[in-house]
Amino acid sequence: MVTNATSLGRNGLYDWLIQRASAVVLGVYFICVLGFFLCPGEATFADWHAYMTSTYMKVFTMIALISFMGHAWVGLWTVSTDYLTSLQLGKAGTTVRMIFQGGLALILLAYLFWGVQILWGVK
Amino acid sequence: MKTTVNSKRPVNLDLSTIAFPLPALISITHRITGVALFVGVGLLLWGLDLSLASEESFNSLKECLDGVFAKLVLWAILSGLIFHLVAGIKHLGMDMGIGETLEGGRLGAKIVLVLSIVLIIAAGVWIW
Ligand code: HEM
Repeated sequence: MVTNATSLGRNGLYDWLIQRASAVVLGVYFICVLGFFLCPGEATFADWHAYMTSTYMKVFTMIALISFMGHAWVGLWTVSTDYLTSLQLGKAGTTVRMIFQGGLALILLAYLFWGVQILWGVK
Repeated sequence: MKTTVNSKRPVNLDLSTIAFPLPALISITHRITGVALFVGVGLLLWGLDLSLASEESFNSLKECLDGVFAKLVLWAILSGLIFHLVAGIKHLGMDMGIGETLEGGRLGAKIVLVLSIVLIIAAGVWIW
């Protein structure tokens, strides 16, 4: 078995599963959010605010954000192990890929805490 | 990278010499929209922030979305999301063994193409 220190689930089968489970969560979440705008009548601040800051949607948004982190990590990890390798970049391949993955992890964490701040900072 | 497979196997990764039937194009577009959505989610979070912070910021976001450029950006994000979602559902279906034959794969790719174009046009109509 080929293992890789940077894969989220430590092996391809777990990564595969993480990506499927998170895909379902994200799919349902986006349908729930977009569903709000498909309701008849104009989208007012009061309605939107009440909807998104309900405990139900706050928790769901957090679950979606965590799912997004897992999904995007596995997804972009896969992309980086396809295109940012020694095959395309020669000796620099591994270094470039590690920098890419490190930056990715930082951005994902930033998204998470930004999301927490948006939802829990709101009055 | 550790070489784990026989390195003497011929490798052809010259994309310009490889044919791209529709299922392959759907696959690469799914990948491209996935990467694009990573950036798109950042913009969506920004929008979420403005939309919830206060009634004033909600209204200024609404005003901003009257502009053609902002509408185009929103449409692009939604289009990426729609395509990635529709192709992703097909992907999950194939993981469960639905449409895994050559013919099934071709049909699935056509369904994804038509369905996502319809939904993307609908999203455009909704935005404008
Ligand atoms: C909202 C943010 C999303 C982002 C940033 C995102 C990003 C990505 C990326 C980068 C990949 C890797 C593509 C590849 O390896 O070719 C991927 C794969 C995938 N995505 Fe998403 N995605 C998102 C939402 C969704 C949703 C809502 C679904 C729902 C069905 C979904 C379903 C999938 C599936 C099934 C795969 C696996 C494809 C494969 O194994 O080749 N994604 N995603």
